[in-house]
Amino acid sequence: MPNSLLDMGCVELRQAIGQGRVTGVQAAQAVFDAIDASEPVLGAYLSLFKDQALRQAHQIDQRIAAGQSVGPLAGVPIAVKDVLCTSFGTTTCGSKILANFHAPYNATVIDRLLAADAVIVGKTNMDEFAMGSSTENSGLRRTVNPWDTTRVPGGSSGGSAVAVAARLCFGALGSDTGGSIRQPASFCGVVGLKPTYGRVSRYGLVAYGSSLDQVGPIARSVADAACLLNVIAGHDPQDSTSVDEKTAPVADYLADLDRPVEGLRIGVVPQATEGADRPVRDAVTGAAEVYRGSGATVVEVQMPHLDYAIAAYYVIATAEASSNLARYDGVHYGHRTANPRDYVEVYTRSRAEGFGQEVKRRIMLGTYALSSGYYDAYYLKALKVRNLIRQDFVRAFERCDCILMPVAPTTAFRLGEKSTDPLQMYLADVYTISANLAGIPGISLPAGFDGQGLPIGLQVLCPAFAEQRLLRIARMFESKTDWHLRRPAGASYGKK
Amino acid sequence: MARSDVQVEVIIGLEIHVQLSTQSKLFCGCAVEFGQPANSRVCPVCLGMPGVLPVMNKKAFEYSVLTGLALNCRIAGFTKWDRKSYYYPDLPKNYQISQYDLPLAEQGFIEIPIPSGQTKRIRIRRVHLEEDAGKNLHATGNFSQVDLNRTGTPLMEIVTEPDMATAAEVRALAVELQRIVRYLGVSEADMQKGHMRFEPNVNLVITRAGQTFKTPIAEVKNLNSFRALEKSVEFETQRQLDEFLETGRTLQMGNKTTRGWDDVHQVTVLQREKEEAHDYRYFPEPDLVPIRMDPAWLEQIRARMCELPLQRQLRFVRDYGLTDYDAGVLTLDRSTADFFDDAVQAGAKPKRICNLLTQVGLKIANERGCPFADLGLKGTDVASLAEMIDRGQVNASAGARVLEEMVATGRDPHTLASQLDLLQKSDASELEALVDQVAAACPQALDEIRTGGKKSQKARSFLVGQVMQRTQGRANPAVVSEILARKLGV
Repeated sequence: MPNSLLDMGCVELRQAIGQGRVTGVQAAQAVFDAIDASEPVLGAYLSLFKDQALRQAHQIDQRIAAGQSVGPLAGVPIAVKDVLCTSFGTTTCGSKILANFHAPYNATVIDRLLAADAVIVGKTNMDEFAMGSSTENSGLRRTVNPWDTTRVPGGSSGGSAVAVAARLCFGALGSDTGGSIRQPASFCGVVGLKPTYGRVSRYGLVAYGSSLDQVGPIARSVADAACLLNVIAGHDPQDSTSVDEKTAPVADYLADLDRPVEGLRIGVVPQATEGADRPVRDAVTGAAEVYRGSGATVVEVQMPHLDYAIAAYYVIATAEASSNLARYDGVHYGHRTANPRDYVEVYTRSRAEGFGQEVKRRIMLGTYALSSGYYDAYYLKALKVRNLIRQDFVRAFERCDCILMPVAPTTAFRLGEKSTDPLQMYLADVYTISANLAGIPGISLPAGFDGQGLPIGLQVLCPAFAEQRLLRIARMFESKTDWHLRRPAGASYGKK
Repeated sequence: MARSDVQVEVIIGLEIHVQLSTQSKLFCGCAVEFGQPANSRVCPVCLGMPGVLPVMNKKAFEYSVLTGLALNCRIAGFTKWDRKSYYYPDLPKNYQISQYDLPLAEQGFIEIPIPSGQTKRIRIRRVHLEEDAGKNLHATGNFSQVDLNRTGTPLMEIVTEPDMATAAEVRALAVELQRIVRYLGVSEADMQKGHMRFEPNVNLVITRAGQTFKTPIAEVKNLNSFRALEKSVEFETQRQLDEFLETGRTLQMGNKTTRGWDDVHQVTVLQREKEEAHDYRYFPEPDLVPIRMDPAWLEQIRARMCELPLQRQLRFVRDYGLTDYDAGVLTLDRSTADFFDDAVQAGAKPKRICNLLTQVGLKIANERGCPFADLGLKGTDVASLAEMIDRGQVNASAGARVLEEMVATGRDPHTLASQLDLLQKSDASELEALVDQVAAACPQALDEIRTGGKKSQKARSFLVGQVMQRTQGRANPAVVSEILARKLGV
């Protein structure tokens, strides 16, 4: 049923609700009906807040009926990745160690969604503690790709990407430490935006790699991503690393969205595309052509240190993770082992039982990297590489306004295909992690399909805090293409 | 210390943790309050809940910088936070936010008073800021409990160079530091509440038959009284000497040990050999931004600097002629010293003010268990009282009485002295009559004075005492002596 209620975007739905063409309750009900139909197969959500959501939608409808003012997401059903703390329901991070954890507070972005009158549908599945690229590392649930249910949805924000693609919400929040928003968005054929580090508050985002983590939207159009960014962006006094308004003011990302960037210079990095599959490379080349067709010039730029990005990333991210995850010890909250002999066993057994394999692997890698005698060789060296990559981008952006790149070297791979080979999985992050290392914003856009009908993502990167420009550039591509309008065939879920 | 053929030099460095007197914790808004119900001063941040982030308490940072300035340190233009990792149930994140390689202040010194009114300069290696841990309680049953009220309390760590040579010097430094942080108003430095904790590092350089040996360094952990600090250093000195004489063990890489203080038996006990020491896996705290100290900010902090206690003590000796001891007592806390300065400014003789304060005022404050400033005395009133004593309007013991009443009633000394009928009788004619009466009553004493024998001085005092007794102490003894001398012609 094209153009049905569920095909509307956030912006469109908000308008319809404001004008009384649709009620918030209708929208929420439609979402929960769709969830009832597809969730047994897709597994996008870890928890749902149906009663709360319908109640909230009803209240918003009443306020609208009473002529009261409502927020920019009034009545819009939104999904949030289960790495964001909510004072309602559980916050599991896809981990057994937090399977029954009730956070005592809301993440800042959750408060901002609620202040904008968004209706929170539920919390989505993810790789445990956001560590992974396929959502297969979830300790709690399996999530599959709605375009082909034998394939992974990508990760770690796989649940959010699936929920958006399969019309199980109107927009979602994910988190991106090394590509965890952009890559699943790419595998699921939707838009995923990782904002500049410091643009969105991390307060209440359960940390994986603190210097790399950033919350961002997953949506079905650039406009929806802009609309969600409008709500979540901005300084938060509770996050010292969030940037103040004087240094980098937040723009109205929707206001100028349809105005093309004049004299646009597109940067491409030939060396970076070499390792990607043919259809992916063709999609990037095709995208450059689309921009050229809109009057942009295309320049080649060099990123000499890109080859070291994966190594640096997996040292920095795991080092930070080894420290961030130390608090899950069974002492204060979360899973505690039964009948420990002493407090050391509370630690060792609770953690052994609660964490999955990939999390343990990364904790060990990070612990090793920070160990006395190895710090200089690993962590310190990785920080140096990180600086060089930052400088690569600074130099590149002297010659162009944005850089085009693949999001991932392949389209969605099969469930289980890479899960036995962690290194293979790490290498697939090659295109996304440099943006996290450099702290710059990046967006993943639907840019084609491969021979098997799987979506291909295009990545656009801009300098720090240039989200407004990034979104306008993305919109230029979107307005000339219709890849984003395709949707997975819901009826066939589970029949492959 | 010497033992026939053995020369021993003691080398002591000190680490001191000082709890800052900020209203709220170092990285969250929770109140810093002592003695509250367990886990009642906590929030998601200091509980180390998933997803929380620290926000630096600017005041705590400024307090530490001010201390750094008072300790003559170089203040870092750029400093940062680091995570120190170790697992312990009272540390909810299992890492402590501290400062590792870029402390906020470095390379300073402190002057400490040593006997004979001299001072000794002890170098300060560094000053940094970190969060405190909670407390494990092992009260009952087959389990332990954790109280996290203290978690996140701002602690300033001060590390000296090993420049001290005696337990007395270590104590002097601790006391001096307590005075300094109190003067600066950055800590209450209340030992009973654990606001200052000490960790001396001790070893010996032993010379025997022309050869020198160094004993392994021992660090004594977590001492919370000056007495324990001094005693533990004394004990360590002897213990290390005995151990060396017995075993010949000397300082090697990695043979530093950690010891605890057993207050009951007054001994140090081995806690752990350094070989099994932690790898703390320090790395920069990514949740906090580095701190850049711009010159304007530093000047703003510097403007809050006051005259430090030792300088003030030396000034009191130099300018007012007080004894070193008295000057030390008066400068122990800043409000007392301020009060003293005010009273002297008001025109009274320093020595007289000093006596009133040290012998009466501080005694009352001590009995009441409050700071001197809380007695509510006015500097000008105490100055008037001092003048009254100096002019002989009241005698010294009556002066003490008046001061007590001033504290009790808040009235001025003149009113009180006349109300209490404590004004001295200096009227010569009235006193002359009394002297005559006393002389008549004690002929034996008069004889002894006249013969000028051994007992004459004693007899003279006896007669003056008799007059004092008959006036209930209100006679001016100087005037009485004078009359007596005139009458007896001696």
